[in-house]
Amino acid sequence: MWKTILRRVLIMIPELIILSILVFLLAKAMPGDPFTGSINPRADPAQIHHLMEIHGLYDPWYQQYWNWVVHLFHGDLGMSYEYQEPVVDLIQQRGANTLWLALFTMVLTYGIGLPLGMYAAHHEGKLQDTLVRVYTYVTMSIPFFVVLVIGIWIFGYALNWFPTSGSVSAQASGLGGTMLSRLDHIILPGLLGALFGTVNIVQYLRSEVIDAKHSDYVRTARSKGVPMKDIYRHHIFRNSLLPIAAFAGYSITGLLGGSIFTEMVFSYPGMGLLFLNAINFRDYTVITALVLLYGFLNLLGTLLSDIVLSIVDPRVRVE
Amino acid sequence: MKRDIADATSISKEDLAKLTKEANEEATPSRMKIMWGEFKADKPALVSLFLLVFFILFVIIASEFIDVPKMMETNIMGYYNKPFSSDYWLGADAGGRSIAKELVVGSRNSISIAIGLTIISSTFGICWGLVSGYFGGMVDLAMQRVYDFMMIIPMLMTIIVIVTIIPHYNAITLTLILSIFYWMGTSRLIRSRTLAESQKDYVAASKTSGTSNFKIIFREIMPNISSLIIVDTTLSFAENIGVETGLSFLGFGLPMGTPSLGTLIANANDPENITQYWWTWLPAAIEIIILCLSISYIGQVMRRTTNAAQRRGQDQK
Repeated sequence: MWKTILRRVLIMIPELIILSILVFLLAKAMPGDPFTGSINPRADPAQIHHLMEIHGLYDPWYQQYWNWVVHLFHGDLGMSYEYQEPVVDLIQQRGANTLWLALFTMVLTYGIGLPLGMYAAHHEGKLQDTLVRVYTYVTMSIPFFVVLVIGIWIFGYALNWFPTSGSVSAQASGLGGTMLSRLDHIILPGLLGALFGTVNIVQYLRSEVIDAKHSDYVRTARSKGVPMKDIYRHHIFRNSLLPIAAFAGYSITGLLGGSIFTEMVFSYPGMGLLFLNAINFRDYTVITALVLLYGFLNLLGTLLSDIVLSIVDPRVRVE
Repeated sequence: MKRDIADATSISKEDLAKLTKEANEEATPSRMKIMWGEFKADKPALVSLFLLVFFILFVIIASEFIDVPKMMETNIMGYYNKPFSSDYWLGADAGGRSIAKELVVGSRNSISIAIGLTIISSTFGICWGLVSGYFGGMVDLAMQRVYDFMMIIPMLMTIIVIVTIIPHYNAITLTLILSIFYWMGTSRLIRSRTLAESQKDYVAASKTSGTSNFKIIFREIMPNISSLIIVDTTLSFAENIGVETGLSFLGFGLPMGTPSLGTLIANANDPENITQYWWTWLPAAIEIIILCLSISYIGQVMRRTTNAAQRRGQDQK
């Protein structure tokens, strides 16, 4: 098992290096420079030239890349030209918001997906099963951003049940009040994300449980007279749930990708919105840091899932 | 004697027709026939298939009659015109542009890009999966590393960065850029099926008799997994409609002045539009939902045809 983990971690390293080079070159290739216009429209070109020189923007790319990597290892991601703040601080503020939303969405997704998958498998072939299948088909087919727009229109603007922008309201005071206000802001996006993100869990769990239901060991248990309830609890659930738990890591990718749409529609100040702003202001340092961070999180997610899977399923291990 | 032998070897026309008919009845129906039978048995599927084909043809033909640059001109007189009036069937947006016309041209653009993206990315993914699964070993390992790497790239962000870098791009370059990032799912699926398929005896027999690898892959294995390919392509078509429209919604899809279903929905980003002027974005949103649902429903029906146990068509006796 340790071999599997070691192998996965070793594979990670070249992937991370290639990703960082790619991200860096992409950011360098962006048109425009971060200074013109941002200081003062009448700024002297010579002064801008001087600023570019100080920030090392005229060096060859490999030298700039190397500087960037060295700073990266010191925990220094550079300054955001637009916000005049260290990128690390920016990401910490915004990252917390994205993290809360992602965690909340994930908990809801599993909270909705697991019972639904079980329920469908339990009523295999009956009306309930068909209804769950219609639900997965509908949620799977519709593009998520359309769901967000219609969701905010109905529940945010028309019914006025939920706030339509921000992460915490200005009136909220005290620790409890702030927490409640935060929760209020993530309920609608989280719920929409969860309702439309359960497809994989439901379909996988349903087929796993149905397979288990018709397997020999369940038949043996039944013929010995074990009540169906106990069979579900001790045999079927245990075998079907663990692989699902491992999917949590993979689903990080989907959550992060979706966060750009969610944060844009709900004007939720997280990393996705930060990225869109950075793109508009050509804020290289923020762009590179964010793309790299998202890539790194994807990598960690798959690593986590692979490790959990290798613990659960001995067949995946490398001997 | 001679006559008898001649009689035995020659078959009368009626007998031949009868034998052919019997053979046709006994033979497994062709894949297209099974699919057609399945659609005939499932009325909603048939309806959505016809609607889809009709709709695609309609937007392609109708947009030929629309003068796009003139349509995109700002017309102050029509500012936020209400829908269902004689000039504007579906109202007008902030620039006084007719939503109905924009919808037709936008649908044409979005659907064309989705079709292009599906063709390019599926072809690439299918070839990748076939080669990777057929050769196995080191080739497979190397190709899987590339796959793994593509999977960790933050797709949406990278596409946005690339779109911002490229100074002049159009629908074709956009389709190509998107294709770089949307072949992985198909390749994974095809690879696992090819792995199983290349273990079969007919592949081994073909190898022994000296058939070239190229021929085995594309003339022997590919036809055998063609039903999987058709189903996967249909389902990714439904998904791909969301790809370009999603990007255009964020403002990084089709260039300015080129309507798309995504840019129409992006009208909803303005709080004033979303609350008061619903007609500027809701029709496009509803259209995308209906399009995606019907394409993906067609895909589900096709998937059923690949599994004989689930078929509802008439060939199930």
